[in-house]
Amino acid sequence: MGLKIWVFAEADGDKPASATLELLTKAREIGETVEAVYVGANADALAGALGDYGASKVYAIDPGGRLPGVIGAAALAELLPANSPDIVLFAQSYDGRDAISLLSAKLDKPVLTNGFTIRLDGDKVIIGTQIFGGNTLVDAEFEGEAPYLAAIRPKSFAAEPGGGAPATVETVPTPDAGRAGEAKVLDHHVEEREGPKLEEAVVVVSGGRGLGSAENYGPLVDDLAKLLHGASGASRAIVDAGWVPYAKQVGQTGKTVKPKLYVAIGISGATQHMVGMKGSDNIIANNKDGEAPIYGIPDLGVVGDATKVVPKLIEALKARS
Amino acid sequence: MNVVVCVKQIPDPATPGKLNADSNTLERAGKLILDESDSFGVEMALQLVDKAGGGEVTLVSMAPNDEVSGLRTALAMGAAKAILVSDPALAGSDSLTTAKVIAKSVERAGDIDLVLTATESTDGYTGTIPGQVAGLLDWPALTFAKEVEIADGTVKIQRQTEAGYDVVEASLPAVVSVTAGVVEPRYPSFKGIMAAKNKPVDKVTAADLGLDASEVGWSGARQQIVSVEKAPERQAGEKIEDDGSAYEQIVAYLEKLKVI
Ligand SMILES: Cc1cc2nc3c(=O)[nH]c(=O)nc-3n(C[C@H](O)[C@H](O)[C@H](O)COP(=O)(O)OP(=O)(O)OC[C@H]3O[C@@H](n4cnc5c(N)ncnc54)[C@H](O)[C@@H]3O)c2cc1C
Ligand SMILES: Cc1cc2nc3c(=O)[nH]c(=O)nc-3n(C[C@H](O)[C@H](O)[C@H](O)COP(=O)(O)OP(=O)(O)OC[C@H]3O[C@@H](n4cnc5c(N)ncnc54)[C@H](O)[C@@H]3O)c2cc1C
Repeated sequence: MGLKIWVFAEADGDKPASATLELLTKAREIGETVEAVYVGANADALAGALGDYGASKVYAIDPGGRLPGVIGAAALAELLPANSPDIVLFAQSYDGRDAISLLSAKLDKPVLTNGFTIRLDGDKVIIGTQIFGGNTLVDAEFEGEAPYLAAIRPKSFAAEPGGGAPATVETVPTPDAGRAGEAKVLDHHVEEREGPKLEEAVVVVSGGRGLGSAENYGPLVDDLAKLLHGASGASRAIVDAGWVPYAKQVGQTGKTVKPKLYVAIGISGATQHMVGMKGSDNIIANNKDGEAPIYGIPDLGVVGDATKVVPKLIEALKARS
Repeated sequence: MNVVVCVKQIPDPATPGKLNADSNTLERAGKLILDESDSFGVEMALQLVDKAGGGEVTLVSMAPNDEVSGLRTALAMGAAKAILVSDPALAGSDSLTTAKVIAKSVERAGDIDLVLTATESTDGYTGTIPGQVAGLLDWPALTFAKEVEIADGTVKIQRQTEAGYDVVEASLPAVVSVTAGVVEPRYPSFKGIMAAKNKPVDKVTAADLGLDASEVGWSGARQQIVSVEKAPERQAGEKIEDDGSAYEQIVAYLEKLKVI
């Protein structure tokens, strides 16, 4: 009999988050029945896309001013016994991590996290992870009884619509989350962002410590990203130094990106950075040190001073537009 | 106010990581150090206790071979005492088992208002311990905090989100995970380092915490590594030296990719 797979769905505005669509696409490939569990507003607006990517049904829960992961874990704990999915997939995201960890404690079930592949071997479910900055691949399998709980890093799978009908929406009453449910969300702050999201951009231009100073980030990295209709990213070194916010960090402890083109400027190429970008279709690197580890991967490597190379490039691009 | 800070002692991340050939788990035999991610929790706890005008900071760590070097660093920063859980039976523990050990240690620490952790450790980075510990204790979990305030028996945080941050509040006791950079960790002073040598470290085993050996470590883990491989390497392409005209080749490459 085919597998029943549940996906803990998250929203990005009034659309499903891209990580959710990636999980649904994968679930559709390995499972027979795919259903979503969604905690948040506007489930009806999401049902079309959730169905298109593979969910036949979505259990919709109003968070009631609570954290989605907290309410999600409580709801899942109630829903699982009666519905017995084989696998529950979460994105390795803020709310996905809350949900999987609280649920793990509630059900006394182990978790596999930071997955980037899922495969079946007979009736075994195997989750692959990349460790040591991505230079080693580890496969682990669940033992014991289903449901198996796994968290998957965003951008591990391509999201592809399957043409399914809109998911039927089944509203589930907000569960009592016990003391965990005491955490109330009082306010949302949205920080301004120009251009595409880092994880969704077709072009990503990232800068590192080799930019020399925080002041160079705007004219070198942001401006180039803008001209290429892309998003700007960063190495951890300059996030930790306070040059740019954490949201821009690419790598093991930041975002994974897989754009059509990744441009690395003044980045040395530590494994922990490269694990977040080496899946890009094409890579250009600029570093003044021709021996920098980053030169192990780019399709085009430009050895030279970023403060000389990049302004000329920007000028040339401006002249064209 | 009494705060527990969970601190992980890890192999130095500057040296390349290695898996034990027999068990496929991280090699932890050498000297361990305080996970830098936890230095933020320690600093935050010291500041919160200071602001509250009383109470103390207790460290909780699960680590092999009675390892204390990382604990000493955090004690030197100013924590009052530590609970160290070290037991060969705990080798191979998965994150849920680790969370059980930590939750039991928090109970052992006595009257605690707040548990602080990092959002994820540097070596295992499952990022599930904060939620699992909160779940086991049945306390609220306030995760990914980039600011923490305590007032009148409640904790209020700014919780990092994809779009910005949310303000989240709960009553104490609670578990809070703090992001790197929330506060500037102090350097231990010489006096602090000397004082740390005599601060109490309560060394306990799984059994002392009421955990059965069959539930923890290898016997407790319900997942198994089935293969370990080298990742395929990406092939580098052309490499040019900038002679003042490299930008032209970049433009040509961008044209070829049709991104301009
Ligand atoms: C557990 C862990 C997790 C981590 N997670 C991440 C992560 O998610 N993301 C991440 O990025 N890092 C991460 N790191 C940090 C990582 O190991 C590196 O320290 C970091 O990526 C280095 O950033 P950088 O390349 O900007 O700086 P550096 O390593 O200092 O490199 C700067 C580079 O700039 C070059 N340069 C200098 N001047 C110029 C110039 N004028 N023009 C051109 N080039 C110049 C130099 O040759 C050098 O190669 C992690 C580390 C650990 C231990
Ligand atoms: C590469 C790698 C991948 C792994 N993947 C998995 C997996 O998918 N599933 C799984 O169940 N286990 C996994 N493990 C095992 C897991 O790392 C251990 O069980 C570990 O003891 C706890 O998890 P963590 O460090 O990942 O915790 P995290 O949740 O990342 O840690 C968050 C915070 O909790 C606190 N904390 C964590 N551990 C301790 C400790 N020992 N003492 C005190 N405070 C602590 C610290 O404040 C830490 O910053 C993995 C281990 C490695 C090395």
